[in-house]
Amino acid sequence: MASQQQEVQDIVDRKYEHGFVTDIESDTLPPGVDESVIRHISKMKNEPTFMLEWRLKAYRQWQKMRAPDWAKLDLEPIDYQAISYYSAPKKKDGPKSLDEVDPKLLETYEKLGIPLHERARLAGVAVDAVFDSVSVTTTFKTKLAEAGVIFCSFSEAVQDHPELVEKYLGSVVPQRDNFFAALNSAVFTDGSFVYVPEGVRCPMELSTYFRINAANTGQFERTLVIAAKGSHVSYLEGCTAPQRDENQLHAAVVELVAEEDAEIKYSTVQNWYPGDEDGRGGIYNFVTKRGDCRGDRSKISWTQVEAGSAITWKYPSCILRGADTVGEFYSVAVTNNHQQADTGTKMIHIGPNSRSTIISKGISAGRAQNAYRGLVKMFPTAQNARNYTQCDSLLMGNQCGAHTFPYMEIKNPSAIVEHEATTSKIADDQLFYCLQRGIPEEDAVNMIVNGFCKDVFRELPMEFAVEAQNLMNVSLEGAVG
Amino acid sequence: MLIDIDNLHVSVGGTEIIRGLDLQINPGEVHAIMGPNGSGKSTLANTLAGREDYVVTDGAVHYKGNDLLELEPDERARAGVFLSFQYPVEIPGVTNVYMLKAALNARRKAGGQSEIDSAEFMRLVREKAKLMQLDQSFLSRGVNEGFSGGEKKRNEIFQMALLEPDLAILDETDSGLDIDALKVVANGVNAQRDGERGFLMITHYQRLLDYIQPDFVHVLSKGRIVRSGTHELALELEAHGYDGIVAAAQ
Repeated sequence: MASQQQEVQDIVDRKYEHGFVTDIESDTLPPGVDESVIRHISKMKNEPTFMLEWRLKAYRQWQKMRAPDWAKLDLEPIDYQAISYYSAPKKKDGPKSLDEVDPKLLETYEKLGIPLHERARLAGVAVDAVFDSVSVTTTFKTKLAEAGVIFCSFSEAVQDHPELVEKYLGSVVPQRDNFFAALNSAVFTDGSFVYVPEGVRCPMELSTYFRINAANTGQFERTLVIAAKGSHVSYLEGCTAPQRDENQLHAAVVELVAEEDAEIKYSTVQNWYPGDEDGRGGIYNFVTKRGDCRGDRSKISWTQVEAGSAITWKYPSCILRGADTVGEFYSVAVTNNHQQADTGTKMIHIGPNSRSTIISKGISAGRAQNAYRGLVKMFPTAQNARNYTQCDSLLMGNQCGAHTFPYMEIKNPSAIVEHEATTSKIADDQLFYCLQRGIPEEDAVNMIVNGFCKDVFRELPMEFAVEAQNLMNVSLEGAVG
Repeated sequence: MLIDIDNLHVSVGGTEIIRGLDLQINPGEVHAIMGPNGSGKSTLANTLAGREDYVVTDGAVHYKGNDLLELEPDERARAGVFLSFQYPVEIPGVTNVYMLKAALNARRKAGGQSEIDSAEFMRLVREKAKLMQLDQSFLSRGVNEGFSGGEKKRNEIFQMALLEPDLAILDETDSGLDIDALKVVANGVNAQRDGERGFLMITHYQRLLDYIQPDFVHVLSKGRIVRSGTHELALELEAHGYDGIVAAAQ
């Protein structure tokens, strides 16, 4: 047993593959936040007045708020005045094509295994690559434009479609929703914007790769996806970050709006730098993600694979407002070494016959802590609403922890809520069984873990499913106990 | 000699279970080990397969002339040692066919062979599944997931048929089987008696031996083989029980 523990430690002690920093001059604001910083950001981005006012309102609310402390996370207080709130790669007029993009940036993507100009095309994926805070390049715009789909950086959307931004921004996650959402609303610099018009089925998967690069720069992404009546869109998000000693805050906000009969599928593979084996460094990933099934028969589906970050704190949620709406949450959260995750979802049933499914798989190895926290709320109006929740935890080794916090508030007697939860140690029995069939230990662990995650992986688009499986294998190499 | 167990002592959790066991199996031989509960039958099976927590404190085991105890469990398996589990575990989400292919390819790779062609693999799988009267649909189900006790045991022998081990250890393969399932399992085992493959069958009851005739029968008591003989010994056990045999041997 002892020797196997040691083996676990040895293999778990792998180095983060994506730990490097691109040497590009950044136009970075000095650390700290006040109204003048917000005015500066807004001015740099040439924003209309409504945007500046919206930001300032958020900032004033944020000042009155306190950072929440209810999560099962061991977290050092964050000095918000030590963070720099704006950083952009130097550019003159902005690149018109990939040829004009700084070769070093492209090199960075190459190292990450994201050859934009080849893989994106081959995969038929439009990539809106966010480097630090400003979008560097966007592909496939023409094809999307033909279908009437707007897919652009948030900054561009503010310039080109201010009426849509003004109408929908903050309509799902209001500025004062929570501490981090308020901060994001005040200082966000960029992100992605998607609008799929009525009756349109988006002709391709939409994808964004996020990446933090400049030192001491928090990232405050803002994503807004709107699916008009009868439309359909699948959005993919994946991210990695370079190695850093300081903790870096990532407080993104994602808002989804699904009108009548519309469907949004939002998938995430998160692989931010998790910190070193002693728990130093790593990203704080505090994200507010929420979808609003506004119209009848609309559907929002979240799928996430959370493998990176020192701390992951997020609850992609669905407000099932319309009748016969469907909300889904499929999650795999992997924590290793000193990583911590407190993640789950909220399914808010308002509309009659609304249905939701929650499948959560938590995997802990090393000294990591992994918590599922989920709320299922049935309003008095949610006649015949249904929820099914399944939470499974897998422990690898004997120094990690798994926790489940399900909350249910049922205000309608016709609603049906089911909850199943299991916690298991990666069974010595299962492992030995595979070994006895001649399968090497690492392959056996991968096999068992991937089997455990299967219900979630099969919800991912094909391209991501493979990526997720590989990620899982790398994240948990030899982590057996 | 296929396997040579010499003065084996095994402790589990600090308690000595196997206390000086000697056993030799030649290629093609079928040996049955019988004994009352707690005599160390399953401990022997698990020790040979290399399970953790089964600590060999003395003695030696040579497999095809090499030190078996030096090898990791997966290395032993790839070298041709197969254990049919008394309680096969479920591995949710991992399909039978996926695990089998990984297992077969691991074994082939160790033998210097290339990975098996998919069509050839499926042909082989269908053939062996038919032998064990396993429905095709089980292939795409999770490993042992939702299988009945009988299906699990049939799956073990099915895997053995596919992996073609040199030494097959059957740990209480008859337990929990009704007579029909027992016949299917026995047929599966008998089909693999080819004059080369060695078998070590561990059983509490003589019933199994009516269907799989052993060359040798050994009686295990308190971690030692107290009597060895032919199939006749099993019948004697059936008639007189363990108590008489064990007492007479001591």
